[in-house]
Amino acid sequence: MKTKKIAFIGLFASVSLMLAYIEALLPPIYAAAPGIKLGLANIISVFALYKYGAKEAVTVCLVRISLSALLFGNPWSLAYSAAGAVLSLTVMILLKLSGKFSPVGVSISGGVCHNLGQILLAMLVLKTSGLLLYMAVLAVTGTLAGVFIGLCASFMLKYLKKV
Amino acid sequence: MERKKIRNDIILAVCVLAASLIALAVFLCVRARGSYAVVLIDGKETARYSLSENAEIEIKSENGVNTLKIENGKASVISASCPDGICTAHRAVRYGGEVIVCLPNKLVIRIDSASNGGVDAVS
Repeated sequence: MKTKKIAFIGLFASVSLMLAYIEALLPPIYAAAPGIKLGLANIISVFALYKYGAKEAVTVCLVRISLSALLFGNPWSLAYSAAGAVLSLTVMILLKLSGKFSPVGVSISGGVCHNLGQILLAMLVLKTSGLLLYMAVLAVTGTLAGVFIGLCASFMLKYLKKV
Repeated sequence: MERKKIRNDIILAVCVLAASLIALAVFLCVRARGSYAVVLIDGKETARYSLSENAEIEIKSENGVNTLKIENGKASVISASCPDGICTAHRAVRYGGEVIVCLPNKLVIRIDSASNGGVDAVS
């Protein structure tokens, strides 16, 4: 059982890496407003969180972020994806533990917190508060993306029972 | 149980959407045409340019080079030394409080609506 789980976590880490890669290849949804994206890789994070648990979801994210930074990124993209991931994972784990939300709600919180984490890091780095207004835009798109990602994760949970 | 969770999901989504839409609506109501494009490098103001004069300005810092373009009262970044070029894709800004950011070069272009910095009024 343990080996099977390790194998599946490795598999899901590589699937989420590929999802992030494919999303990076596609043109941005709206280039004139940076930061708006679907966050396809989060399908796997939400799925792993519900299927296995917090530890496994963190592992999958850690593997994805470090590999994508090594393969396609630079120190800056690593810092920003890590900032988004830390905040979104923390909030998603807490909301899931509360037992009051379905995967869709958890994924909404993850999407919005991913944007929030990146905005907070950018505010720290740039030493400016002017980005808070932009967060309002990202919260709207993050919520919509979160609904989509959450529905995808729900379907995965429904159809991948044997994993 | 499932019903309750879906209800909570909807409440969460509506709260987040409402909060951000209210913030945006407030901004849209109080926004004023900016009069300056302020250049901030590493959080410190290094220059400000009037939006009423068309200009192309090269901004050099220890992190890289960006070109700021001011045209018809709008500011945009037309070139950047960083690889991603997100700031050059950003639409032109013209209202007080709007910003264009170049993360790798730690550069912020902020629009101020008054000479003493109108950003605090909206953000």
